[in-house]
Amino acid sequence: MGMGDHHGDLPVAARVRQLEERVIAAGLGTDQELDAVLTRLYANASPVNGARMVARGWADPAYRERLLADGNAAAADMGLGDLVSGYRLKVVGNEPGLHNMIVCTLCSCYPVSLLGPSPSWYKSLAYRSRAVREPRAVLVEFGLRLPEQTEIAVWDASAESRYLVLPSRPDEAAGLPEADLAALVTLGGLIGTAAL
Amino acid sequence: MRFPPGTKVRTRLLDPDHHTRLPRYVRGHVGEIVEVEGVCPLPDDRARGIVPPREETVYAVRFPAATLWGVGTHTVTVDLWESYLEEAG
Repeated sequence: MGMGDHHGDLPVAARVRQLEERVIAAGLGTDQELDAVLTRLYANASPVNGARMVARGWADPAYRERLLADGNAAAADMGLGDLVSGYRLKVVGNEPGLHNMIVCTLCSCYPVSLLGPSPSWYKSLAYRSRAVREPRAVLVEFGLRLPEQTEIAVWDASAESRYLVLPSRPDEAAGLPEADLAALVTLGGLIGTAAL
Repeated sequence: MRFPPGTKVRTRLLDPDHHTRLPRYVRGHVGEIVEVEGVCPLPDDRARGIVPPREETVYAVRFPAATLWGVGTHTVTVDLWESYLEEAG
Protein backbone atom coordinates (compact mmCIF):
# COMPACT_ATOMS: atom_id res chain seq x y z
CA MET A 1 0.00 0.00 0.00
CA GLY A 2 1.66 3.18 -1.22
CA MET A 3 0.85 5.71 1.48
CA GLY A 4 1.79 3.37 4.32
CA ASP A 5 5.24 2.32 3.14
CA HIS A 6 7.22 4.41 5.60
CA HIS A 7 5.02 3.22 8.48
CA GLY A 8 5.48 -0.41 7.50
CA ASP A 9 7.04 -1.49 10.78
CA LEU A 10 4.40 0.03 13.06
CA PRO A 11 1.82 -2.24 14.73
CA VAL A 12 -0.94 -0.05 13.29
CA ALA A 13 0.29 -0.89 9.78
CA ALA A 14 -0.42 -4.58 10.40
CA ARG A 15 -3.91 -3.74 11.68
CA VAL A 16 -4.59 -1.53 8.65
CA ARG A 17 -3.43 -4.30 6.33
CA GLN A 18 -5.71 -6.84 8.05
CA LEU A 19 -8.63 -4.44 7.68
CA GLU A 20 -7.83 -3.90 4.02
CA GLU A 21 -7.73 -7.66 3.48
CA ARG A 22 -11.18 -8.01 5.07
CA VAL A 23 -12.54 -5.23 2.84
CA ILE A 24 -11.08 -6.90 -0.26
CA ALA A 25 -12.25 -10.38 0.78
CA ALA A 26 -15.77 -9.04 1.28
CA GLY A 27 -15.74 -7.73 -2.28
CA LEU A 28 -16.12 -4.12 -1.13
CA GLY A 29 -13.05 -2.88 -2.99
CA THR A 30 -9.69 -3.76 -4.44
CA ASP A 31 -6.17 -2.80 -3.42
CA GLN A 32 -6.02 -0.44 -6.39
CA GLU A 33 -9.28 1.23 -5.39
CA LEU A 34 -8.12 1.70 -1.80
CA ASP A 35 -4.85 3.21 -3.02
CA ALA A 36 -6.77 5.52 -5.35
CA VAL A 37 -8.92 6.77 -2.47
CA LEU A 38 -5.82 7.65 -0.44
CA THR A 39 -4.11 9.24 -3.43
CA ARG A 40 -7.15 11.46 -4.03
CA LEU A 41 -7.41 12.29 -0.34
CA TYR A 42 -3.83 13.43 0.00
CA ALA A 43 -3.03 14.72 -3.51
CA ASN A 44 -3.89 18.34 -2.79
CA ALA A 45 -4.17 18.16 1.00
CA SER A 46 -1.98 20.72 2.73
CA PRO A 47 -2.10 23.21 5.60
CA VAL A 48 -1.16 25.79 2.94
CA ASN A 49 -4.83 25.71 1.90
CA GLY A 50 -6.12 26.50 5.38
CA ALA A 51 -3.40 29.13 5.81
CA ARG A 52 -4.45 30.92 2.60
CA MET A 53 -8.04 31.11 3.82
CA VAL A 54 -6.96 32.47 7.21
CA ALA A 55 -4.66 35.05 5.59
CA ARG A 56 -7.48 36.37 3.43
CA GLY A 57 -9.74 36.47 6.46
CA TRP A 58 -7.12 38.61 8.23
CA ALA A 59 -6.70 40.90 5.24
CA ASP A 60 -10.36 41.27 4.30
CA PRO A 61 -13.06 41.72 6.98
CA ALA A 62 -15.83 40.79 4.52
CA TYR A 63 -14.07 37.49 3.77
CA ARG A 64 -13.68 36.86 7.49
CA GLU A 65 -17.47 37.17 7.86
CA ARG A 66 -17.96 34.79 4.97
CA LEU A 67 -15.53 32.27 6.49
CA LEU A 68 -17.42 32.26 9.76
CA ALA A 69 -20.85 32.16 8.12
CA ASP A 70 -20.26 29.49 5.45
CA GLY A 71 -16.90 27.75 5.32
CA ASN A 72 -17.66 25.80 2.16
CA ALA A 73 -18.62 28.95 0.23
CA ALA A 74 -15.54 30.74 1.53
CA ALA A 75 -13.34 27.84 0.37
CA ALA A 76 -15.02 27.94 -3.04
CA ASP A 77 -14.25 31.67 -3.29
CA MET A 78 -10.56 30.77 -3.21
CA GLY A 79 -10.87 27.93 -5.73
CA LEU A 80 -10.77 25.30 -2.96
CA GLY A 81 -14.42 24.26 -3.24
CA ASP A 82 -13.69 20.77 -4.57
CA LEU A 83 -11.40 20.11 -1.62
CA VAL A 84 -14.24 20.57 0.88
CA SER A 85 -17.06 19.04 -1.17
CA GLY A 86 -17.16 15.93 1.04
CA TYR A 87 -18.02 17.67 4.30
CA ARG A 88 -19.55 20.74 5.92
CA LEU A 89 -16.74 23.12 6.81
CA LYS A 90 -17.28 25.10 9.98
CA VAL A 91 -14.76 27.84 10.69
CA VAL A 92 -14.57 28.98 14.32
CA GLY A 93 -12.92 32.31 15.00
CA ASN A 94 -10.65 33.27 17.86
CA GLU A 95 -11.14 36.76 19.26
CA PRO A 96 -9.94 38.62 22.32
CA GLY A 97 -11.13 36.59 25.30
CA LEU A 98 -12.12 33.51 23.26
CA HIS A 99 -9.91 30.63 22.09
CA ASN A 100 -11.20 27.73 19.96
CA MET A 101 -9.74 24.24 19.76
CA ILE A 102 -10.79 21.21 17.70
CA VAL A 103 -10.81 17.51 18.49
CA CYS A 104 -12.57 14.34 17.40
CA THR A 105 -13.14 12.20 20.48
CA LEU A 106 -14.67 9.25 18.62
CA CYS A 107 -11.95 8.88 15.98
CA SER A 108 -9.78 11.57 14.36
CA CYS A 109 -12.01 13.61 12.02
CA TYR A 110 -10.38 16.73 10.72
CA PRO A 111 -10.44 18.69 7.42
CA VAL A 112 -7.50 16.81 5.85
CA SER A 113 -7.76 18.70 2.56
CA LEU A 114 -7.20 22.06 4.26
CA LEU A 115 -4.85 20.98 7.05
CA GLY A 116 -2.86 18.15 5.48
CA PRO A 117 -2.41 14.75 7.15
CA SER A 118 -3.25 14.94 10.84
CA PRO A 119 -0.40 14.81 13.37
CA SER A 120 -0.12 11.53 15.27
CA TRP A 121 -0.89 13.29 18.57
CA TYR A 122 -4.22 14.49 17.14
CA LYS A 123 -5.20 10.82 16.78
CA SER A 124 -3.87 9.81 20.19
CA LEU A 125 -6.21 8.69 22.96
CA ALA A 126 -4.50 11.18 25.27
CA TYR A 127 -5.33 14.23 23.14
CA ARG A 128 -8.83 12.99 22.27
CA SER A 129 -9.81 12.36 25.88
CA ARG A 130 -8.04 15.30 27.53
CA ALA A 131 -8.95 18.02 25.00
CA VAL A 132 -12.59 17.94 26.12
CA ARG A 133 -11.84 17.46 29.79
CA GLU A 134 -8.92 19.79 30.55
CA PRO A 135 -8.11 21.83 27.44
CA ARG A 136 -6.33 24.55 29.41
CA ALA A 137 -3.83 22.03 30.79
CA VAL A 138 -3.40 20.47 27.33
CA LEU A 139 -2.67 23.90 25.83
CA VAL A 140 -0.03 24.59 28.47
CA GLU A 141 1.69 21.35 27.44
CA PHE A 142 1.66 22.68 23.86
CA GLY A 143 3.34 25.83 25.18
CA LEU A 144 0.25 28.03 25.09
CA ARG A 145 -0.63 29.61 28.43
CA LEU A 146 -3.86 31.56 27.97
CA PRO A 147 -4.97 34.28 30.37
CA GLU A 148 -7.26 32.83 33.04
CA GLN A 149 -10.18 34.95 31.84
CA THR A 150 -9.90 33.72 28.23
CA GLU A 151 -12.77 31.36 27.49
CA ILE A 152 -11.95 28.10 25.75
CA ALA A 153 -14.45 26.61 23.29
CA VAL A 154 -13.72 23.01 22.31
CA TRP A 155 -15.41 21.59 19.19
CA ASP A 156 -15.83 17.79 19.04
CA ALA A 157 -16.31 16.77 15.39
CA SER A 158 -18.66 13.84 16.00
CA ALA A 159 -20.80 14.12 12.83
CA GLU A 160 -20.39 15.43 9.28
CA SER A 161 -18.87 18.83 10.06
CA ARG A 162 -15.15 19.46 9.97
CA TYR A 163 -13.74 22.34 11.96
CA LEU A 164 -11.02 24.87 11.25
CA VAL A 165 -9.83 27.51 13.70
CA LEU A 166 -9.43 31.06 12.42
CA PRO A 167 -6.65 32.29 14.69
CA SER A 168 -6.27 35.92 15.70
CA ARG A 169 -3.83 37.87 13.55
CA PRO A 170 -0.55 38.64 15.31
CA ASP A 171 -0.44 42.37 16.05
CA GLU A 172 2.85 42.85 14.26
CA ALA A 173 1.40 41.41 11.03
CA ALA A 174 -0.89 44.37 10.33
CA GLY A 175 -0.50 45.61 6.78
CA LEU A 176 1.47 42.64 5.45
CA PRO A 177 0.46 41.26 2.03
CA GLU A 178 -1.67 38.11 2.02
CA ALA A 179 1.17 35.78 1.00
CA ASP A 180 3.27 36.96 3.94
CA LEU A 181 0.31 36.59 6.29
CA ALA A 182 -0.25 33.02 5.11
CA ALA A 183 3.34 32.15 5.98
CA LEU A 184 2.60 33.02 9.63
CA VAL A 185 -0.18 30.44 9.94
CA THR A 186 0.85 27.13 11.52
CA LEU A 187 -0.96 23.79 11.67
CA GLY A 188 -1.23 24.20 15.45
CA GLY A 189 -2.91 27.54 14.88
CA LEU A 190 -5.49 25.93 12.59
CA ILE A 191 -6.24 23.17 15.15
CA GLY A 192 -6.20 25.61 18.06
CA THR A 193 -3.27 24.13 19.97
CA ALA A 194 -1.23 27.26 19.28
CA ALA A 195 -1.83 30.98 19.05
CA LEU A 196 0.07 32.90 16.40
CA MET B 1 -36.14 20.63 12.52
CA ARG B 2 -37.40 20.20 16.04
CA PHE B 3 -35.00 22.28 18.12
CA PRO B 4 -34.30 25.91 17.12
CA PRO B 5 -31.05 27.53 18.30
CA GLY B 6 -31.22 28.43 21.98
CA THR B 7 -33.27 25.35 22.91
CA LYS B 8 -32.04 23.47 25.99
CA VAL B 9 -31.83 19.77 25.22
CA ARG B 10 -30.91 16.70 27.21
CA THR B 11 -29.04 13.88 25.50
CA ARG B 12 -30.68 10.50 25.89
CA LEU B 13 -29.19 7.84 28.13
CA LEU B 14 -28.78 5.41 25.28
CA ASP B 15 -26.38 2.50 25.49
CA PRO B 16 -26.97 0.72 22.21
CA ASP B 17 -25.17 -2.49 21.29
CA HIS B 18 -24.35 -1.01 17.89
CA HIS B 19 -22.35 1.92 16.57
CA THR B 20 -23.56 5.36 17.59
CA ARG B 21 -22.15 8.87 17.38
CA LEU B 22 -23.49 9.97 20.73
CA PRO B 23 -20.25 10.14 22.71
CA ARG B 24 -20.54 8.53 26.14
CA TYR B 25 -19.26 11.61 27.96
CA VAL B 26 -22.26 13.73 26.94
CA ARG B 27 -25.01 11.13 27.62
CA GLY B 28 -27.74 12.33 29.98
CA HIS B 29 -26.45 15.91 30.07
CA VAL B 30 -28.18 19.20 29.31
CA GLY B 31 -26.77 21.45 26.62
CA GLU B 32 -27.93 24.22 24.33
CA ILE B 33 -28.51 24.13 20.59
CA VAL B 34 -26.10 26.62 19.03
CA GLU B 35 -26.54 25.75 15.36
CA VAL B 36 -28.67 23.64 13.04
CA GLU B 37 -26.21 21.92 10.71
CA GLY B 38 -28.52 20.23 8.20
CA VAL B 39 -29.90 16.77 7.55
CA CYS B 40 -27.65 13.70 7.45
CA PRO B 41 -28.15 9.91 7.40
CA LEU B 42 -28.10 8.39 10.88
CA PRO B 43 -24.78 6.54 11.39
CA ASP B 44 -26.42 4.07 13.77
CA ASP B 45 -28.48 2.83 10.80
CA ARG B 46 -25.70 3.03 8.23
CA ALA B 47 -23.36 0.98 10.42
CA ARG B 48 -25.99 -1.75 10.65
CA GLY B 49 -26.59 -1.79 6.91
CA ILE B 50 -30.17 -0.52 7.25
CA VAL B 51 -31.32 0.68 3.83
CA PRO B 52 -32.36 3.39 3.61
CA PRO B 53 -30.96 4.84 6.81
CA ARG B 54 -33.07 7.36 8.71
CA GLU B 55 -32.25 10.94 7.81
CA GLU B 56 -32.19 13.38 10.70
CA THR B 57 -31.29 16.94 11.50
CA VAL B 58 -27.87 17.33 13.08
CA TYR B 59 -27.34 20.03 15.70
CA ALA B 60 -24.31 21.62 17.28
CA VAL B 61 -24.98 21.29 21.01
CA ARG B 62 -22.90 23.20 23.56
CA PHE B 63 -22.23 21.87 27.04
CA PRO B 64 -20.56 23.75 29.89
CA ALA B 65 -17.59 21.76 31.19
CA ALA B 66 -18.93 21.95 34.74
CA THR B 67 -22.04 19.95 33.77
CA LEU B 68 -19.96 17.25 32.04
CA TRP B 69 -17.11 16.94 34.50
CA GLY B 70 -18.13 18.82 37.63
CA VAL B 71 -15.23 21.22 37.09
CA GLY B 72 -13.88 23.46 34.38
CA THR B 73 -14.85 26.77 32.79
CA HIS B 74 -14.61 25.82 29.11
CA THR B 75 -17.41 24.68 26.82
CA VAL B 76 -17.57 21.61 24.60
CA THR B 77 -19.68 21.70 21.45
CA VAL B 78 -20.66 18.33 19.98
CA ASP B 79 -22.51 17.53 16.72
CA LEU B 80 -25.53 15.34 17.53
CA TRP B 81 -28.36 13.75 15.55
CA GLU B 82 -31.91 14.66 16.53
CA SER B 83 -32.90 11.25 17.93
CA TYR B 84 -30.07 11.55 20.47
CA LEU B 85 -31.84 14.55 22.00
CA GLU B 86 -34.98 15.45 23.93
CA GLU B 87 -36.15 18.84 25.08
CA ALA B 88 -34.91 19.58 28.60
CA GLY B 89 -37.90 20.29 30.85
